[in-house]
Amino acid sequence: MRDARADVRRPVGLRLWLSGGWLSLLTLAAIFAPLIAPQDPLAQDLFLGRLPPFWESGTEPGFYLGTDSLGRDVLSRILYGARLALIVALVAGTLTCLIGATLGLIAGYYRGWPDRIISRFVDIWMAFPPVLFSILLIAVLGPGLVSIIIAIVIIDWTRFARVIRAEAISQGAMDYVASAQVAGRTKFGTMLAEILPNVLPTIVALLTLEMGIAVIIEAILSFVNLSISTDSPTWGGMISEGRISVHQAWWVLVFPLITLFLTVLSFSQLGEGLKDRFDPVLR
Amino acid sequence: MSAYLSIRNLSVALKGGGPILRRVSLDVHPGQVHGLVGESGAGKSMIGKAVLGTLPRALQVTGGEIWLDGVNLETLPPSERRRRIGATAALIPQDPLTALNPSKRIGPQITRRLVDILGWSRADAQNRALELLAEVHIPEPARVMRNYPHELSGGMRQRILIAAAFAAEPQLIIADEPTTALDVTVQKQILRLIAQMQARHGTALMFVTHDLGVVSKVCDSLSVLYAGLVVENARMRRFFTRPIHPYSAALLAATPTYTDPFGSLKPVPQNVITAVETEVSQHDRRTGA
Amino acid sequence: MTLLRAILLRLLTTAITLFGVAVIVFVVIRVVPGNPIAMMLPPGATEADILRLETQYGFDKTIPQQFMIWLGGVMQGDFGTSISTRQPVSGLVLSRLPATLELSIVALIIAVTLGGTMALLGTRFRDSKTEGAIDVTAGMALSIPDFLWGLVLILLFGVLWPVFHISGRISPSLDIDFTTNFYLFEALLRLRFDVIADLIGHMVMPALALAIPLAAIIAQLLKQSLKETMHLDYVTLARTKGYGEAKVITREALPNALLPTLTLVGVQFTFLIGGTVIIERLFSYEGLGNMAIDAVINRDLPLIQGIVILFALIFTLVNLAVDMLYVVLNPRLRHA
Repeated sequence: MRDARADVRRPVGLRLWLSGGWLSLLTLAAIFAPLIAPQDPLAQDLFLGRLPPFWESGTEPGFYLGTDSLGRDVLSRILYGARLALIVALVAGTLTCLIGATLGLIAGYYRGWPDRIISRFVDIWMAFPPVLFSILLIAVLGPGLVSIIIAIVIIDWTRFARVIRAEAISQGAMDYVASAQVAGRTKFGTMLAEILPNVLPTIVALLTLEMGIAVIIEAILSFVNLSISTDSPTWGGMISEGRISVHQAWWVLVFPLITLFLTVLSFSQLGEGLKDRFDPVLR
Repeated sequence: MSAYLSIRNLSVALKGGGPILRRVSLDVHPGQVHGLVGESGAGKSMIGKAVLGTLPRALQVTGGEIWLDGVNLETLPPSERRRRIGATAALIPQDPLTALNPSKRIGPQITRRLVDILGWSRADAQNRALELLAEVHIPEPARVMRNYPHELSGGMRQRILIAAAFAAEPQLIIADEPTTALDVTVQKQILRLIAQMQARHGTALMFVTHDLGVVSKVCDSLSVLYAGLVVENARMRRFFTRPIHPYSAALLAATPTYTDPFGSLKPVPQNVITAVETEVSQHDRRTGA
Repeated sequence: MTLLRAILLRLLTTAITLFGVAVIVFVVIRVVPGNPIAMMLPPGATEADILRLETQYGFDKTIPQQFMIWLGGVMQGDFGTSISTRQPVSGLVLSRLPATLELSIVALIIAVTLGGTMALLGTRFRDSKTEGAIDVTAGMALSIPDFLWGLVLILLFGVLWPVFHISGRISPSLDIDFTTNFYLFEALLRLRFDVIADLIGHMVMPALALAIPLAAIIAQLLKQSLKETMHLDYVTLARTKGYGEAKVITREALPNALLPTLTLVGVQFTFLIGGTVIIERLFSYEGLGNMAIDAVINRDLPLIQGIVILFALIFTLVNLAVDMLYVVLNPRLRHA
């Protein structure tokens, strides 16, 4: 009898293709939003309020996924919202990764007092509820793209620091590191030349996961109305509005929710898939 | 005299792979000790596992019969087979350090089966466990019953496992290299204890070991295995005076004796190995394995 | 003796962590642009009015001075006065805490039940399609955070098939006077089944949203741990004793597989509690998290501070409790 899990595990390739495909599509849509969006995402028309999506009766041409209570086009707003979501994912994800991974690497490889200080901060950070912390930071920093990115970096660097520190510790204990140092490399040189390449796969996988998390945090912040200026199209803002009028106009909630769901799922599946593919132990 | 455990043409193979046991046949008679001897990897432990139904998941029985007390186990539905084994057979495992559940006290690890499978009352099971712990020379049995495994030494744990194996008065006990994991000094005591217990309870015992010296001390009969093939079934006295198979003879010659403890530690000669390998491949060709 | 030392050391690090949290919150919220006092007063209030209130709340002093005053108050159980409601912070926070605790505990129970069942089934039918299906389900459940599960649940059981309440903690029409704010606990004690049903009807969706990711983690970790345990000798020995597979798993493997899972689940439970902040907002559930977001929006500094400290305290207590539980459940440590 063959191991039946092999049959289930095989779609790893498929999983990577599907999630990568969705994210590429979304990136293209975000870049070309001004060209492909059927309407101005900010244009309000109260006479066109709460139009249903195209397959239902009582629609207007050009409003494919319906409109919200102020008559703004749902599809166009999703497309423009993708711009903010992806910028946050990319910039906040990368910055968080750089800062967190660097600190984790230093703590895990140098040990001693740098490790004690960094680990103490990680402990303190673990005692904060992350969502509340991010909301608090936005309240302090004021709404805006830069604030969102700073908030995400501040609350999430520990995610990288924790994992990379543990990996650096286990890598640092291995014989090849000791032999590299015997061979005359400096401590810092060994870290970059021997440790970093070995933790890089983990960093890449974590980075992908972090992008998904950044998208969610941005959505949560716009959901509580703290993201960027209130009338800019954001998925979280649309969901917030849709949540209130869900019984009258379900489409205002459903379409941005599906988009957000698929995006977060794709980032996470991509991260898991990359981890499986790059991890020499699992492969 | 009819055998209590009778194995006929038992074949075990890797799922979708090569054979592990090659049409093994052997008998274990009531009240007697039957040794299974072979080098590591010869499949001797797998015979015991096949009887008890604890083969690794990667292996399966591909043919043959296992008759226990006149019933062919291989024809029974799994749950029935399990209950029958649980009620009539027991295992003395190899490594006493890993064979006791670390999160449970000793007492329940002996008594639970008596209550659950054999339907004894709790008090009876408790008394029985105390009795057996005393029988295997455990000091302060009542206190040890309340101990956790990690609080006891390896030798103590093996005694407890022996007591647990005999607790249900099984007809058959399979001892799977029961002394290999122990200190040399403890090995002898444990070996003597198993022999004593077997004699006192009149249990049929299948003794798996790689050590012919051990077999010579405790067994009435033996099977010699090479690569999952039984090369010789023999009564003890005849085997030591006149082994039939060249591999048996070589194995016997390689075993240190009391008269010459160091002199004769020599490996099995290459020509014997070649001969027995040929025999194995001929067997495979004949059976189409 | 070593155990006592370990406990003392643990309490010390806990204290340092809480102190660090307090300092960071204190510094962060005092960088708030805009004067919170000015926002409290009606338009047209004089400079003198603002100054008077500032003195009252201590905002005229330096940040270290303010911190020492606040810390002195905390030592005596005084967390200050809320700016937006002008009530003592401790009272406000304690009145909301029971709602959040009940929600978290119900979510934990759901997560353990769901995740445990999946792990046991996955082990019972290991290496089969069933295990594969459980792996895929858990992987999916883990990829999506609680906030999105909450929204999905609202659509499914609030709109498409409206069986549960999508907002609030209890129906206002219900005729019952609670003496505590532990509504569910009190209703259970008083055997008011109508009230229990109503509370559960409100709680089930937010609790489930919080529970799904944790259930997935439990399913993965516990199954992994169980499968490793199933190879061990004492499990094999139990099989020869005549026990069926299900009994072998639950009775022999499970008690030993639980321990390594426990510590990891402890940390994950603090993440779950952290998740109540947005989930309570999403379901308009009147707990601590919902109050915290309002406090941030209203710039109610003393209240924010109190709530964050309380969350940090809960987190560290959960971790402490998990460590203790680990010692209690592990016979090796218990007698050491």
